[in-house]
Amino acid sequence: MGKVADKNKTKASKPKYSKELYLQWYEQMLLIRRFEEKALMMYGQQKIRGFCHVYIGQEAITAGMETALTKDDCIVTAYRQHGTALGRGVTPKEAMAELFGKETGIVGGKGGSMHFFSKENNYFGGNGIVGAQIPIGAGIGFAEKYRGTKNLCVTMFGDGAARQGALHEAFNMAMTWKLPVLFICENNGYAMGTSVERTSNVIDLHRMGDGYGMPNEPVDGMQPETVYEAIQKAAKHIRSGKGPYFLEIKTYRYKGHSVSDPAKYRTKDELNDYKDKDPIKVTEKRILDGKMATEADIKKIKDKIKKMVEEAVEFAENSDYPDGSGLYEDNYVQTDYPYLE
Amino acid sequence: MAREIALRDALREGMSEEMRRDEDVFLMGEEVAQYNGAYKVSKGMLDEFGEKRVIDTPIAELGFAGIGVGAAMNGLRPIIEFMTWNFAVLAFDQIINNAAKTLSQSNGQFKCPIVFRGPSGSAGQLAQQHSQTFESWMANCPGLKVISIVDPYDAKGLIKSAIRDDDPICFMESEMLYGHMGEVPEEEYLVPIGKARVRREGTDVTLVTYNKMVLVAEEAAKKLEAEGISAEVIDLRTIRPMDHETIINSVKKTNRIIVIDESWPFAGVSAEVAYIVQKHAFDYLDAPVIRINAADTNLPYAPTFVEEYLPNPDKVIKAVKEVMYVNR
Ligand SMILES: Cc1ncc(C[n+]2csc(CCOP(=O)(O)OP(=O)(O)O)c2C)c(N)n1
Ligand SMILES: [Mg+2]
Repeated sequence: MGKVADKNKTKASKPKYSKELYLQWYEQMLLIRRFEEKALMMYGQQKIRGFCHVYIGQEAITAGMETALTKDDCIVTAYRQHGTALGRGVTPKEAMAELFGKETGIVGGKGGSMHFFSKENNYFGGNGIVGAQIPIGAGIGFAEKYRGTKNLCVTMFGDGAARQGALHEAFNMAMTWKLPVLFICENNGYAMGTSVERTSNVIDLHRMGDGYGMPNEPVDGMQPETVYEAIQKAAKHIRSGKGPYFLEIKTYRYKGHSVSDPAKYRTKDELNDYKDKDPIKVTEKRILDGKMATEADIKKIKDKIKKMVEEAVEFAENSDYPDGSGLYEDNYVQTDYPYLE
Repeated sequence: MAREIALRDALREGMSEEMRRDEDVFLMGEEVAQYNGAYKVSKGMLDEFGEKRVIDTPIAELGFAGIGVGAAMNGLRPIIEFMTWNFAVLAFDQIINNAAKTLSQSNGQFKCPIVFRGPSGSAGQLAQQHSQTFESWMANCPGLKVISIVDPYDAKGLIKSAIRDDDPICFMESEMLYGHMGEVPEEEYLVPIGKARVRREGTDVTLVTYNKMVLVAEEAAKKLEAEGISAEVIDLRTIRPMDHETIINSVKKTNRIIVIDESWPFAGVSAEVAYIVQKHAFDYLDAPVIRINAADTNLPYAPTFVEEYLPNPDKVIKAVKEVMYVNR
């Protein structure tokens, strides 16, 4: 046996982390993947309407991230958020019902695909305005610091959003005031049809932290391990009171920007290169090679998740639409607000 | 010779003709060049005019709107496309605080001939942030002119007038109706800014509207006709300056008016129409002015909410019967 093969073998047989952690990552990623594949099918059947942006390909970020945070930490992100919300603890039923626009959805059918919120999970929402959540995340962190907690706010945004001016204002204040914020750019290479290369001379997005003296680094986002390690390290830094940290997590979206985008601006080869290192496939292999589970165990997980997703669809199907007369609910906290006719 | 073309094609023809005519005109915005426009309005324009004049921007509305303002102050004639007007909110500083004020601040030395354009209004189940109507917002600001269209003929004639106009213009289109077909002549023509269009003549009631609510008003008018009620439909086309004359003349004839306006009711276009009608045609009115707006609330995602939120022909017909004192 050659040297290289030997090395691979030791690597494969000695996983870095516990079996529990690998299985947790695997299940998390698989749930998001299957959930969204189903959502796309449901979109095709017009059960889901409006904009629908899926996270397929980016699941390792959520999986790695959630195991490096506490549930008291906060998260705010953009509209590509089904996975992030599921990772936070929004149930597949609540999520699918929301996509269907049903009253049992996580926000009662009011938000749809772009806007899940869950206060109990410290999930501050999916924001539809590109970049808007960057200062909002700094503000959520501000409140944690103000109250003297040890919690941080993970503020997530895309590579496209990184070009909004709000990023610079938020970075500067967060750094100056040492706010407990973990800024994460999910760099999937494209903002709609625009590649990162076409938007700036600085394509190492993490370096944008340098302008504010904010510690920053690039991270491989195709593996839960690397995401987990980077976020653990960053979170430790932030919790010690040293202020924000910026991670550029490199990832890829397999599908178009939204369901209506044929994604003609990139090559099949590029897509296939990423699919070759698909985080779910790779993690499954790692689990099997490391003898952390058997083929039968994996099948059991797959069946369980398939069932969860099917039950979510059934739940969404069987739920009712909210009554249209509730249109004025929740526009003001004041319940007898005098709306205009 | 006229042919039927879609709204998006009419807009593109108008922009392209003006770009051929005047080297100083350029188009800038997100996905306008290589992607051919998020809604394909600028399809083929990169090929014809090249990278110098059809320019993809990063997602940076405030920045590229400001670059447009500066370029306009310095002699060019930018067309700034917003993917939708919801995102133009980020650029309001440049539109309101700069484009609208440059001429005044500079004592007439610097004009700002710029067109800010993109779709306004709801487009199905897109939820709160992506469903807003901006005509009332922009029309409130002196220094800006506001145009809002869906008819392809009007769109082409008005985008050309807007590009030639020396003042800053907010030009509102419709995401849902970019495919809306209409007759457009092959020959060049302009539609003047500030003139409404009577789309359908009638004698019993005036329906004043703009943008995609034109289709709602027309459908209502058709149904009313079957019931023996003759409705006149006026498409404002330009919101600011508003064509008072066409509205008032119609009210003098019909003595009744309903405004159908997708923007929110508070201090909006519909309120303005109601004001000028009571001011200039008070003695002609046989009933109060009624307005039908998008509901005074944020628009959530579920289809049941969308249905409830928007003006529709039934709501219009009900209002018409109210002002005509018909109970049925
Ligand atoms: C302020 C604003 N401008 C434009 C849009 C339209 N838009 C929605 S998503 C998007 C691309 C964003 O890309 P990126 O930040 O990389 O996130 P990704 O979609 O890749 O997750 C654009 C231009 C918007 N929603 N908000
Ligand atoms: Mg991106």
